[in-house]
Amino acid sequence: MKQFQYIRSVSQKAAISAITQEPTAKFVAGGTNLLDLMKRHVMTPERLVDINKLPLRDIKEENKGLHIGALALNSTVAEHASIVKRFPLLAEALNAGASAQLRNMATVGGNLMQRTRCPYFYDTTTPCNKREPGTGCSALNGFNRMHAIFGATPHCIAVNPSDMNVALMALDASVQVSGPKGDRIIKMQDFHRLPGDQPEKDTILDKNELITAVTIPASTLTHNHYLKVRDRNSYAFALVSVAAGLTLDGKTIKAARLAMGGVAHKPWRLTAAEQSLQGKQVSIEAFQQAADIAMQGAKGYEHNDFKLKLAPNTIVEALKIASRI
Amino acid sequence: MEKENATPNPRRDFLKKSSLITAVALTPTAAIKAADNQLDERIAQAIENVPCSIEINGTKHTMKIDPRITLLDLLRERLHLTGTKKGCDYGQCGACTVHVDGQRVNSCLTLAVMNDGKKVTTIEGLANGSELHPMQAAFIKHDGFQCGYCTPGQIMSAVACIREGHADNEGEIREFMSGNICRCGAYPNIVAAIQEVKKGGKNI
Repeated sequence: MKQFQYIRSVSQKAAISAITQEPTAKFVAGGTNLLDLMKRHVMTPERLVDINKLPLRDIKEENKGLHIGALALNSTVAEHASIVKRFPLLAEALNAGASAQLRNMATVGGNLMQRTRCPYFYDTTTPCNKREPGTGCSALNGFNRMHAIFGATPHCIAVNPSDMNVALMALDASVQVSGPKGDRIIKMQDFHRLPGDQPEKDTILDKNELITAVTIPASTLTHNHYLKVRDRNSYAFALVSVAAGLTLDGKTIKAARLAMGGVAHKPWRLTAAEQSLQGKQVSIEAFQQAADIAMQGAKGYEHNDFKLKLAPNTIVEALKIASRI
Repeated sequence: MEKENATPNPRRDFLKKSSLITAVALTPTAAIKAADNQLDERIAQAIENVPCSIEINGTKHTMKIDPRITLLDLLRERLHLTGTKKGCDYGQCGACTVHVDGQRVNSCLTLAVMNDGKKVTTIEGLANGSELHPMQAAFIKHDGFQCGYCTPGQIMSAVACIREGHADNEGEIREFMSGNICRCGAYPNIVAAIQEVKKGGKNI
């Protein structure tokens, strides 16, 4: 690991001030992703600002929804009684990610900020526009089995690896941030970005902004399921994952929420597919039709062509399990 | 952990300088005094090393350490508690699992200085004197290992797995023990050991 300066901050203001002073500085909370990347010299901040002592761990009811402090641990959120009961998609998604040990370390804010697991991003001997802008994308014509089928560009075909982000996307969550210019609220839909020609930017967060909380509005979803398809049963990143939530009145779909993971540079919301389900009766045909709509515009890059079949099948399966038909 | 580079290193010099500025802000007397005496290296050392106090297996350790040292390297290299193993060093294998404030974590993915004020339990702190912890005894009884390298991590993780309430059946145990890889493939015996301790109903 390269040398860095370590600052333990005791207040939000001090933390933001400490990050602003050094152009390469990074906040560290759980450290499970950042320290991994620092050991491999993929990220080499000159300063780490430890925010673990900031009072940002609360999980509380707020405006009939939920407020989750940025430093709440993934395991705490996954086991929280109110979250298990009211937002099972989030609990299921968190428990589908990483290992018990990592969930005890990783925070909600850190999970939002985790970097892609593209092997070329990790391998400092290969070109990667995300790691070193302008060097090219090794995955485009390389081994791209884990890569994107939506929203990719020749600059980058990496995917966002988070399960939590997919659930938060389906739940219409927002991210509260605080920076030198004040506080703002960013909708989950806008928080992560597509690679475009600037794949080095995963999110629209300013470098000096600190995530303070995630908020989730009250949910009317009555039937939920998070389905993650991966190479082994546990402790693996998603090939494809689907967060499916339905508001059912008998067999009639009053509302649907669908988001996919493992398919794009950001958690991928399936708005058109959701709309196609609204007002329909629960049926395999309706789910199949929604999946077909969801897949419009998908593009494989050879080794990940299988996702063009796996993704719609996973959508249908997640909706089947959620609606219990 | 990187060794100190004997050849001139501009980046390191830069850090020394920028650290000096910070030091003036943080500890004026010591840093200015050291600068007056042109004790560059000592200043860099003093600034780079961060004060930190951690209770490990019931003993409080107060020290000043390089912030790059992971909790795992502190345990093994500085405190010579080599029961905790370094497998992958990237949080993928679980061999380095210890308990921090009662929660199981990968000690390779946390900096020692981030654990200031915390209580750490390693495999060395699990037994009660010469009496094995029930999980250690169960691993021996069920032959829950072959080479034994992953075993300290498996046992620390298994104890936490039961304490968390995630050991009700084989499927749940396998899911919540998935962060501990056993290259020898002793999984059925590891699961059997955990199930026996769980059924024993002892408060572990």
